[in-house]
Amino acid sequence: MAAPTVPRARRTFSIPLSWPLLLPLVLLLACVVGYPLLRTVYLSFTDASLNALGTRPAWVGAQNYLTALTNPDFHATLWHSTYFSVASVGLELVLGVLVALLLNQPFRGRTAARALLILPWAIPTIVNATMWRWIYNPEYGALNALLTQVGLTGTYRSWLGEPGLALNMVVLADVWKNYPLVALITLAALQSVPAEIHEAAALDGAGAWTRFWKLTLPAIAGPLSVAVVLRTIEAFKVFDIIYVMTRGGPADTTKTASFTVYQEAYTYLQAGSGAAYANVMVLVSALLIAAYLWLSRRQGQA
Amino acid sequence: MKTLMLGLSLLLSSAAAAPVTLKALYMKQAAYSETDIQKMTRAFETTHPDVKVSLEFVPYEALHDKIVSAASAGTNGYDVVLFDVIWPTEFAKNGFLQDVTARIPASDNAKVFPGAWKTVEAGGKRYGMPWILDTKYLYYNKAILSKAGFKTPPRTWAELLTQANAIKAKGLVKYPLVWSWSQAEALICDYTTLLSAFGGSFYQGGKPSFNAGGGLKALEFMTDTLRQGVSNPNSREYLEEDVRKVFSNGEAAFALNWTYMYALANNPKESKVAGQVGVVPAPGVKGVSAASAMNGSMALGIPTGSGHKDEAWAYIRHMTSQPVQETYAKLSLPIWKSSYSKPAVTKGQTDLVTAARTSLGVMLPRPTIAQYPQLSTALQTALQKALLGQQTPKQALDDAARVASRLR
Repeated sequence: MAAPTVPRARRTFSIPLSWPLLLPLVLLLACVVGYPLLRTVYLSFTDASLNALGTRPAWVGAQNYLTALTNPDFHATLWHSTYFSVASVGLELVLGVLVALLLNQPFRGRTAARALLILPWAIPTIVNATMWRWIYNPEYGALNALLTQVGLTGTYRSWLGEPGLALNMVVLADVWKNYPLVALITLAALQSVPAEIHEAAALDGAGAWTRFWKLTLPAIAGPLSVAVVLRTIEAFKVFDIIYVMTRGGPADTTKTASFTVYQEAYTYLQAGSGAAYANVMVLVSALLIAAYLWLSRRQGQA
Repeated sequence: MKTLMLGLSLLLSSAAAAPVTLKALYMKQAAYSETDIQKMTRAFETTHPDVKVSLEFVPYEALHDKIVSAASAGTNGYDVVLFDVIWPTEFAKNGFLQDVTARIPASDNAKVFPGAWKTVEAGGKRYGMPWILDTKYLYYNKAILSKAGFKTPPRTWAELLTQANAIKAKGLVKYPLVWSWSQAEALICDYTTLLSAFGGSFYQGGKPSFNAGGGLKALEFMTDTLRQGVSNPNSREYLEEDVRKVFSNGEAAFALNWTYMYALANNPKESKVAGQVGVVPAPGVKGVSAASAMNGSMALGIPTGSGHKDEAWAYIRHMTSQPVQETYAKLSLPIWKSSYSKPAVTKGQTDLVTAARTSLGVMLPRPTIAQYPQLSTALQTALQKALLGQQTPKQALDDAARVASRLR
């Protein structure tokens, strides 16, 4: 028996009707997404500059892109953005899942603990960055005091002043703020795994690790991958926490690609080449996401 | 319906009679405090009941980009902006600031310090009124110096090194010197002070010259102090406020900082070393200079997009007037020469005023090129690479000079 189909006459009638109904949304999207995007693409092929307000920018072809792609400083900042994304999203994933598993266990005060979980995530980035700047302060910061008191180190370190350390310390500050999102998504997914399945598996002799690997992980994999994509996009374009904590220093070691875009457009007033840098960033992040989606689909099929 | 109409007409008539509201942009740190600026502004509003001024404060580091983005956004921007001595060329070239040359009375020319006028000048025109006349001074802790057996503060950088080493050797403080060497404009200000002491220059004959002579010696001096362990290594992530905290905590014998630190470091509420703070011009170099200083002044100007230029100018004249500046001379010294002999200004800060007499006369300006932000960024990175030991001072400055030769 074939599935009931929509009568032909109704279907041909509904398509032309849906178009005018969609029109407001299409117009809205064209204004808030389409126009800025096209404008950025146009600007990236010109020598537009905030220096020359009111004058028509000249067409320079792919010049801005050639400059961007051959600029070793930009390569370095792209690398910093990539490192930042991989490190922070990786840590957020591990920490988020661990905390979610913990909060999924029944214990006294669980509701309060779950409510507290969201707190770091709710703090504005600027406040979080300022707070961590204080914690990392080489002379009066809590981190140095803590490490010295528990005897882990004898000397105070300049956490944001050492080239090898600074970016990692910013990553940690970012992880603290953003792991709750991963934890929340995981926690919601965990609620959908019936306890009976775990009990049955335990009766069959499956250990905690096996149960996590075979039962829990498949159940949360879908929601987790959404969290990973969301966080990767955000982490790759990181700007605000860097701006507040290090301004790209020491010696450019925490300068990210977004920082270059900002500097080019607003500090140097070069709107054209700023747009080109921004578009290169968009392309790289689109590639990252495409690669990730491809990988996860292949894994799903296997 | 009737009440609605009445309400609307009331609203409209009150809007017509409403006073002009000026939007003014200031910075959060150094020089005058936010409270001072609010008080000065309220005083202006009482004498000009038809003008209201709404104030906005941003960190210094955000000031330039705020002015630029407001200017490119068009008319609905600011009416009065605070700007740094390094921006007039760029702003004038891009038409961001109103030329106010004709508005300034000729009688002011001789009354205001020449260094202050430099803050607003580009291409022979003036783009505002100087407001903060500032340079970096050498602050020292009198108690620590006398414990180390020194009766007078150093007059040369070499002497300063000798004193600092002696202080360190006696264990009076771990790091006698503290600076603002974070990757920011503050680093350029410290470097410029030293460059002026060693007789260097940024450009010569249109070509970068800071990678040789005095410019190179200045950076070598900076890296030397780190190597000898007399400069606090954390200086490399510090801004001016961090320097003030370390010095006020008694953890440094010497610090380079702006005028505002004098009052705050001597305020028992803010400082553990109140009463022991001495101030002198930044030292010189034997046979080259008697003292060193850089021009860190700032001024108030009118963005070209402002719709209330006359009211804005009246407000600027009030803020920069001699009586107002003398009343609030604790955190920022006046631009007016004759103020420096007035008790209102000198009381409680004779040391600072004495130092100012020398320093304000020898202030070295930073380069006045339209692409200064690019030059500053390149220099900041280069200086940090040398300070972190990633490059030798010569390599670092050569790299920056290569970038600088493409800028104008």
